[in-house]
Amino acid sequence: MADLKERIAKRCAKEFFDGDFINLGIGLPTMVADYIPEDVVVTCHSENGFAGIDALADESNLNVDIINSGGQYVTALPRAKFFDTAESFGLVRGGHVRATVLGAMEVAENGDLANWIVPGKKVAGMGGAMDLCAGCPEVIITMLHTQKGAHKIKPQCTLPLTAEKCVTKIITEMAVMEVVPEGIKVIELHPDFTKEEVQEATGVQLIWADDLKPYQED
Amino acid sequence: MINKIVTPQEAVAGVEDGMTIMVGGFLATGSPEILMDALVEKGVKHLTVIGNDGGLAEGQPGGEFAGKTSRGIGKLLDNHMVDHVIMSHVGVNPRLNEQFAEGTLKYTLVPQGTLAEKIRAAAYGLGGVLTPVGLGTPMETEEDELGRKKEVVEIDGKKWLFERPLRADFSFIRPTLADKFGNYMCAKATRNFNLVMAGASDHTIIAPEKLVEIGETDPDMWQVAGVLVESIVEGEKRWQI
Repeated sequence: MADLKERIAKRCAKEFFDGDFINLGIGLPTMVADYIPEDVVVTCHSENGFAGIDALADESNLNVDIINSGGQYVTALPRAKFFDTAESFGLVRGGHVRATVLGAMEVAENGDLANWIVPGKKVAGMGGAMDLCAGCPEVIITMLHTQKGAHKIKPQCTLPLTAEKCVTKIITEMAVMEVVPEGIKVIELHPDFTKEEVQEATGVQLIWADDLKPYQED
Repeated sequence: MINKIVTPQEAVAGVEDGMTIMVGGFLATGSPEILMDALVEKGVKHLTVIGNDGGLAEGQPGGEFAGKTSRGIGKLLDNHMVDHVIMSHVGVNPRLNEQFAEGTLKYTLVPQGTLAEKIRAAAYGLGGVLTPVGLGTPMETEEDELGRKKEVVEIDGKKWLFERPLRADFSFIRPTLADKFGNYMCAKATRNFNLVMAGASDHTIIAPEKLVEIGETDPDMWQVAGVLVESIVEGEKRWQI
């Protein structure tokens, strides 16, 4: 399982360009930063208060005024810009944070996303997830293709939405998919899986790209 | 000139049971601890609290830098002083979900950027904000913090969710540096909600980590105008880990 998550994080790391401004969610999306090539210099948005988040802090460089959105003490890059919540989410809604990477509970055929609440369970709240999904031009979902076999890519979401028609790309251990007006289009297939296996793990009829490529791995 | 400097007890003397307060901070980074302590000491109850989250409980965050005490709004929750929270995130401090389950605390969730803009609208004289955030989600269909139905507005063929201003009786803010007129700045990631909350309440109280004389620093560095600040409390300490 750890290997599969690493595979997904490595593949997602190929989605960015030099000079990019992005937001990585908590969990698997955070792992993506470790695999972005050195010659691709991206600036990461930490929605609690700055652009230019660097590594976790240690005792030698810890500043109690600098945390990430998960509350961990972190460091900031020399090019960092600190800001308040209004400016932070102005950057998000304004479309200036080009891409956000998040996990998902459900993704619908039209790009609707549900990833913030399961009615009846412990309440966490959306934090900045609704703002990011509604505001960022590209919303990339990194997730295992199914929840222990149960479909996560569905005709419609059954859980309350985080944002409607926002997902642009889905990266799983099986495939890389784009959300297009006609539905979910597979653009890369991992050699460990057949088309039939991916289709079976998906709750909607997949569209296969004419120039379907092998899943990009190092 | 008016003297804004008061003791912590004087600063919270006007806070009464059932009032609404807003508190700066993000997981308690940038929360005015000395003012939370004064509220606990006063023992005020049935508060509505506006903030990003419920602060931290004792022992949070996990790991080597865990706090020995609860922090920020966490102190009010420990003492069961809150009836209603208006926040973007309620999943970190476990006191919140415990009190939801007990039925003693209710919550209204607001997306983080929308929360900042609702507060800013109250401080800076706007009738509300039109945002794309929350369209097609429970934010569109559920009632707001005061039980009002929300409206979707269509302008030039594009839909927006209308969010109303959010005011309080008191704003509690933690600057890094302030002068005795109340001009202030918040360092690094302590800015969070500490800038927009000034002036969004009838009384804005700041507890700066450092207080200087008027004119001692270049006015160019202030992020918020002292004219928005009613009271200044000394003695806020830098967080020790």
